[in-house]
Amino acid sequence: MVTFRIDRRSGTAVYAQLVHQVRQAIRMGRLAPGDRLPTAREVAERTHINPNTVLRAYRDLEVAGLVEPRQGSGTFVREDLPPQPVDDPALRQALTAWLGKALEAGLNRSDIHTLVDVIAEELADSAPATDHEEPTAHVR
Amino acid sequence: MSDDIPAAVTVEGVSRRFGTTDALRDCTLTIPAGAVVAVLGRNGAGKSTLLRAIVGLLRPDRGRLTVLGQPLNPSILPRIGYVAQQAPLYRNLTVQQTLRLGARLNPRWATDYAEHLVHTATLPTTARVGSLSAGQRTRLALAMALGKRPDLLILDEPLAALDPIARTEVIGTLMAEVADRGVTIVLSAHVVADIQHICDRVVVLAAGGIRLDAETDAAVAEHRIAVGAVRDLAALDGLPVVELRRDGNDFTALVHGTRTRDAGSVAWHSPTLEEVLLGYLRTAKPQPVEEVRVA
Repeated sequence: MVTFRIDRRSGTAVYAQLVHQVRQAIRMGRLAPGDRLPTAREVAERTHINPNTVLRAYRDLEVAGLVEPRQGSGTFVREDLPPQPVDDPALRQALTAWLGKALEAGLNRSDIHTLVDVIAEELADSAPATDHEEPTAHVR
Repeated sequence: MSDDIPAAVTVEGVSRRFGTTDALRDCTLTIPAGAVVAVLGRNGAGKSTLLRAIVGLLRPDRGRLTVLGQPLNPSILPRIGYVAQQAPLYRNLTVQQTLRLGARLNPRWATDYAEHLVHTATLPTTARVGSLSAGQRTRLALAMALGKRPDLLILDEPLAALDPIARTEVIGTLMAEVADRGVTIVLSAHVVADIQHICDRVVVLAAGGIRLDAETDAAVAEHRIAVGAVRDLAALDGLPVVELRRDGNDFTALVHGTRTRDAGSVAWHSPTLEEVLLGYLRTAKPQPVEEVRVA
């Protein structure tokens, strides 16, 4: 079962962290279609967060079409989940090449993250968003 | 949390005076059922007084209270779990005797659960309460409160005496209660980090009055922080400034609302929950005298 890790120093809201981690786990194959997510009680007790926060994250994931609640038995990764495109070899190759250049140019990881955020925001501003990304609260 | 959720507690225009001190002044507050609410305030702000009023240990001079849908009355007391500051218990009883007393006094007592909590806290069952550490006493008092299977838990600084491990265990237990039984929890605290991931709502008390009462997420989303040079202070004109601090030529302001105004050096940021709460706490005028305690 997937284990959540809450970054308490991060400015990102806890429910957004949970949403992000489920998405990540699905993309990376740690969660497969049909897998059950831990119950709100399990997450609340283990990670010491409010169970309502967990339910809110699961509702967001449900709206995004990634998981589905089954009456009385929990929340599951949807069986009919389309393949996740993140490990596209061509994209990975292009990014590896780009990252090499960026590091060579003297950018550190934090610079790179900032740059990615800035460009993503510019793109989002210029074209209406199609993919429903999690509403991450960016602080500072 | 929306308006159609029934209220576990309503406090309407409640005031209480101790001598010449307004311990509570015109407090109005609604606590939705199933919510976890943190009450913050500096020493003497009225936190304990408010909690004591909710559990009926203190009669307000003015105002009305309803608890679990009814005006406070003895018939709902079995449904309320209350742990006062310093977790008062009978010092001469052993841990085991204390649990037996809980079983005798409470109609809905859950023997196995209370014993499980005492066991998890590794409390020595034959030890007298008076010999326990402050943290151990808190764990026992919590086991007593939770053993009642309450619908409403009122906890006055439940985490203050606990070591970091005990703190996470207690928070885990409380959160499991919320998930399992939808219990409503009102707890007072001093350390924002302790409560920020467990609370649906935050309440800031200052000098007996309610300074802030908001959903936790909204408290963060509905404030901005402005940092800039003092010469550009005009950028804040007309905005609801909660707190303004100067540091040499620079200022930092906590502003209510999401309206921002660009001006030269001023940069606008989203605050953390801690920044919002500290802003309200710092601008609270503390009482000149300590909160009077009634025995």
